[in-house]
Amino acid sequence: MAGITSIGVYIPIYRLNREEIGKVWGGRGGGGAKAVAGYDEDTVTMAVAAAIDCLNRGGNEADGLFLATTSAPYREKMSAGIVASAADFKDECQAADFTDSLRAGAAALKAACDAVKAGSAKNVMVVAADTRLGAAKGTFEQTLGDGAVAITVGKNSVIAEIENSYSLFSEFTDVWRTSEDKFPKSAEGRFVDDVGYLPIMQAVIEGLLKKAKLEIKDFSKIVYYANDVRQHAGLTRRLKLDKEKVQDPLFSDIGNTGAAAGLLMLAAALEKAKPNDRILYVGYGDGADAFALKVTDEIKKFQKSPVVSNKLTGKINITYGQYLTWRGMVPVEASTLPERSAISLQSRWRERKTILALYGVKCKKCGAPQMNQLGQNVRVCVQCQTKDQFEPYKFADKKAKLFTYSVDQLMPTLNPPGVNGVVDFEGGGRLIVEFTDCEIDKLKVDMVMEMTFRKMFDTKSIINYFWKAKPVE
Amino acid sequence: MDGIKNKVAIVGMGCSKFGERWDKGVEDLIVEAAYEAFEDAGIGPKDVQAAWIGTVFSGVSAITLSPLQLQYIPMTRVENMCATGSEAMRAASYAVAAGVCDIALAVGVEKLKDSGATGVKGPSIVGDNQDGSSGIGPGYSAPASFAYLATRYFHDFGIKPEEGKRLLAQIAVKNHHNGSLNPKAHFQNELTIDQVVNAPIIAWPLGLYDCCGVSDGASVAVITRADMAKKFRPDPIYIKALQITVGARQGAMLQDYDFTHMEENVRGSKLAYAEAGIKDPRKELSCAEVHDCFSIHEMIVYEDLGFAKRGRAREDIEAGTFTLKGELPVNTDGGLKCFGHPLGASGLRMMYEVYKQLQGKAGPRQVKNPRLGLTHNLGGNAGTGVCSCNIVGNEK
Repeated sequence: MAGITSIGVYIPIYRLNREEIGKVWGGRGGGGAKAVAGYDEDTVTMAVAAAIDCLNRGGNEADGLFLATTSAPYREKMSAGIVASAADFKDECQAADFTDSLRAGAAALKAACDAVKAGSAKNVMVVAADTRLGAAKGTFEQTLGDGAVAITVGKNSVIAEIENSYSLFSEFTDVWRTSEDKFPKSAEGRFVDDVGYLPIMQAVIEGLLKKAKLEIKDFSKIVYYANDVRQHAGLTRRLKLDKEKVQDPLFSDIGNTGAAAGLLMLAAALEKAKPNDRILYVGYGDGADAFALKVTDEIKKFQKSPVVSNKLTGKINITYGQYLTWRGMVPVEASTLPERSAISLQSRWRERKTILALYGVKCKKCGAPQMNQLGQNVRVCVQCQTKDQFEPYKFADKKAKLFTYSVDQLMPTLNPPGVNGVVDFEGGGRLIVEFTDCEIDKLKVDMVMEMTFRKMFDTKSIINYFWKAKPVE
Repeated sequence: MDGIKNKVAIVGMGCSKFGERWDKGVEDLIVEAAYEAFEDAGIGPKDVQAAWIGTVFSGVSAITLSPLQLQYIPMTRVENMCATGSEAMRAASYAVAAGVCDIALAVGVEKLKDSGATGVKGPSIVGDNQDGSSGIGPGYSAPASFAYLATRYFHDFGIKPEEGKRLLAQIAVKNHHNGSLNPKAHFQNELTIDQVVNAPIIAWPLGLYDCCGVSDGASVAVITRADMAKKFRPDPIYIKALQITVGARQGAMLQDYDFTHMEENVRGSKLAYAEAGIKDPRKELSCAEVHDCFSIHEMIVYEDLGFAKRGRAREDIEAGTFTLKGELPVNTDGGLKCFGHPLGASGLRMMYEVYKQLQGKAGPRQVKNPRLGLTHNLGGNAGTGVCSCNIVGNEK
């Protein structure tokens, strides 16, 4: 039976308190906070972090990677391929983007499940991530948050079987962005609820129950997407659901994470689930996909460490000014330093293993791991000067010790001051690298760092991804 | 292999005023320094048989750097990061030593202030090259890369950052005192320890006055055969050693590099001492011009070049060993701190000071009984550098 085999989650460490937004606009801010992707993060980098978390938590290496998002960094160019490369998937992997719908996460899960059931893939990883941007002073600015979740679907070591599913589509315009829009728009609230969201959700749930020959009381947890807290509570009322059984939508802690939101709630539900529990999960957006899941004994292994609950509280509260700057909502004064060279696609292509998956080489003769430098491949060993006797060596998954660093007022960054330094990898090798996600006062020599896939300086052409170091949480 | 010692001599030098020379172009800086050198050597441009022109950013090929109107002679532009000026002198000296010409010109020039920026552009950002970057180099600034040395030096030798900053401040104060006595310096103001320590941070732990300025300037040397030198002047300065040592990024790639020294400095100075026949540099050298791009680097250079014991530069700084009246005066002209660092010009600007010191013509900055002097540049960053180390003397 096909089902979920592992889950990984990534929520940025930055929080913008809704109160802070309210203060700026002189209105009520609402409670809680929204998770905000760092200045160097986007949908792809968060997806990579979730995918790696999923693999670290026992996710099988997949032969498919489906990325679900409404905020892909490229309008034309696949994002799933970038995620697969950075998470170091083999080339023989079906990478595909599921985009343009808030239901993309559920749609990708359905497709993954079908592929595994049909035997066209052994394991498929579904990664859902979103960084939707609300217009300033608006409702979406308050409600939207950033996050990512990765779920592997397979047949071995299943933690929750996907017993059944049922889908409906509905051409209904409630939340939308045209290809020209930067921010989402919404139709009038009661129209959306009364004609769209509530009846569709009710129909899809009833359809699933009928198809699966189950009753709502057979489920110990009910997990479903809604656009906001009010809409979420509205469905609980309409279906007279037991509030205890309804999964908290996490909106207060991190906001609505769009295509990732429903699957993040499902991850939270599985974190608490018991063997043989049934979970109902419904994704929504231009229709709905409903799934009946049954938890297995394998869940105990999965629950050895928390997957979501430890990531709900932010580490760093940011100001509204930082938020506007990071998201490019206000033009800020450019650095007075000379601009950097343009990006060379040719050089990046030659160095793709280094740039995307942080590979260096290890000398077969003396054993020294070494990182490629200056966009040039190592050809002669830096330690023993032997030519071309190397095997590939991955640095991305190695912990590293901070050897030395500086807090750099001159480094161009959207989050000044820049921080950079030297890290020494466990097992050998060294890198001079930018640091990110760090509290400057807590930096010290010898602290343990890990590598994280991020956006580098703005190139005004392609999205310039590479790796940075961040303190281990 | 018998090296360059006593084969060639400097018989004339010139140095432009350094600073923000808004009204002067590259051509003006070269002419200003070269005609001072011609006059000093008692020659004219027509006597020059070959020239090497060092610049990092201010020209490509000597055909873009020909304001002197030298007529159809061999001319080459050279570049080796911060060692570029010294590289030009090395090329000119080698040509004379090889006997292919008798009078060669070494020019170092840089017009940094035309960039419209306050920093230094281009290859100072690791990972970039002129034809397009792979975009992966960390965007650290040059001050940050040298700040790595300070962070680690303080850590390894148990110096609290606040103590360390006061210690480094003494270097800035010393160099500014020397620069205040030098009309060619960009900055001619004295500083106090408190001013240095309280200045804005540029790259923690380095503050504004731990960093050298950004300036325009040029310096020129006339090189000839040692056996012909006295035909030009009674007090030629003989070249004893010219060394360039380039690292292969070992320090940036391997964990055994400690970020409390620069291996290129150690290797380069050892080669130079061997070539010049110097056993105890601290005793034998009369003065030294070293690469104080950042105060921490001057401190590390004291140890790397054998002026101070490893880990104990602090004692010498506190004892005033490297002040004008100290045992081994360092950066008597004010150093990069007061001249700024027009990359191509700096090496020859340093040589200009040593040349004047050894001739006894350094005025209020004159050191006692000069015999041998050293110049030193370090290009690149901590862990990946190019070092030049040169020694000259006033006796053959």
